[in-house]
Amino acid sequence: MLELKNITYQVEDENRTIQILKDVNVVFEDRFTAITGPNGGGKSTMAKLIAGIIRPTAGRIYMDGEDITDLSVTDRAKRGISFAFQQPVRFKGITVKELIRYAAGKDITTADACNYLSEVGLCARDYIHREVNASLSGGELKRIEIAMIIARGTAVSVFDEPEAGIDLWSFQNLIQVFEHMHDKIGGNIIIISHQERILDIADKIVVVSGGTVTATGRREEILPALLNSNSGCKKLMDRM
Amino acid sequence: MDQIQRTLLEQVADLHEVPAGAYNIRENGQLFGRNTTANIDIVTKEDKPGIDIRIKPGTRNESVHIPVILSQSGMKDLVYNDFYIGEDCDVTIVAGCGIHNGGDKTSEHDGIHSFHIGRNARVRYVEKHYGQGDGKGRNILNPETIVEMEQGSFLEMEMVQIRGVDSTKRVTSAVLGPQASLVIKEKLMTHGEQTAETYFSVDLNGEGSSTNVISRTVAKDRSKQKLLMKINGNNACAGHSECDSIIMDEASVQAIPEITANSTEASLVHEAAIGKIAGEQLIKLMTLGLTEKEAEDAIVNGFLR
Repeated sequence: MLELKNITYQVEDENRTIQILKDVNVVFEDRFTAITGPNGGGKSTMAKLIAGIIRPTAGRIYMDGEDITDLSVTDRAKRGISFAFQQPVRFKGITVKELIRYAAGKDITTADACNYLSEVGLCARDYIHREVNASLSGGELKRIEIAMIIARGTAVSVFDEPEAGIDLWSFQNLIQVFEHMHDKIGGNIIIISHQERILDIADKIVVVSGGTVTATGRREEILPALLNSNSGCKKLMDRM
Repeated sequence: MDQIQRTLLEQVADLHEVPAGAYNIRENGQLFGRNTTANIDIVTKEDKPGIDIRIKPGTRNESVHIPVILSQSGMKDLVYNDFYIGEDCDVTIVAGCGIHNGGDKTSEHDGIHSFHIGRNARVRYVEKHYGQGDGKGRNILNPETIVEMEQGSFLEMEMVQIRGVDSTKRVTSAVLGPQASLVIKEKLMTHGEQTAETYFSVDLNGEGSSTNVISRTVAKDRSKQKLLMKINGNNACAGHSECDSIIMDEASVQAIPEITANSTEASLVHEAAIGKIAGEQLIKLMTLGLTEKEAEDAIVNGFLR
């Protein structure tokens, strides 16, 4: 279980204080929690705060009751938090297999790598020796990013817009990835998404807008209102 | 062979024992061991220090190891090695120099290598430089490589210097005939107060000749690097150079790509980039559980592979 308690995050910009998140309170204790809301609302900031990449200006973060607010990125990773970036990072010279080995935290066989990569629709034979460099497409990188989270198998996994950039790969597969992941690992899976089909599998939906949580609850309570709140937006969401 | 010698040989030539095939091991300016084969002859020069390595035309799947090790502090060694590679050969040449300097005097090895590569021959050349030792003496390596490539020949040069060389000035020049192709992959890391200068100069003289010069370097601490890559396109040819450096701490890196076309049919491209390790790379690896130092090492090791 992960809890954000009274989290505020602000940045200084040209002698001006900008509040990105204001007194946010969320508990993540379900199989799947989806965080949704308009762009610029503070969703990715929440993910970075959970991973420890940025620190809150005020408030505390608890994992299974333990205050982890002051833990570094590395310590949080070791404590059991994984974070799939919205825009995966490229590395000259580091191979797909090595990245998965770092993620797994132990030596892996080609068969292990195959297990993780086939989950995301990649054939290990074609990929394990490839460098994670500019020769890989955005969609391939995104799948490898998800495979790393599967390899980590931690208690809390945060995905920042996993669907973005994945072309020609049915969402059903992506959804299956999350379901398999939960079957195998358990834990709390937190997915930042605009996609109705991903929101559809969420147990809980958190709507973040303008730096605050504007709605939170079971999917059945939140989703219909969300879809009906603005027909223009729904059309836009369907198109995305 | 003692432990220091074994370590040096392992570092510069990946050798655990004396190699199979032809070899010439030079230690502290003296011949330590030599083996020739039916196709590969090694002869000591009479007019100056060094050896001639002659590989018969048509020799395939054979290798020559010619490592040099200096374990005596204050040793200055100058050597001329000339390679004559016959037509249609397909061979691997492993050179390299390892210095163990346990004293306070400067140890220096200057190797001048000339390659004469026959028609349609394929050669892979690996050269590693390495220094160690807890003395205050400096380790200096100044290699010079001169390459002549005949029609249709192919040479891949892998030049690596990762540790322990205080000062190096590396000069490589090549002249390519028709359809000859040269690939150079340089990997260089400097640390402490080290300085490294590398100069590549490739003349694409033959029609259809090509080269790809790739240099990846990492400069740490207060070390300094100067990298010059020069390609002259004198015919219908293709040349590409790429210089990619990671700079850390208080280091300094100067990259000077130079391409000159003397033919309208020459196609030449250069790329050069210097930058620190991207913060997002460190953070990604840290989210996988690596410490910042481990993440940095993983990025540098991958980059220099």
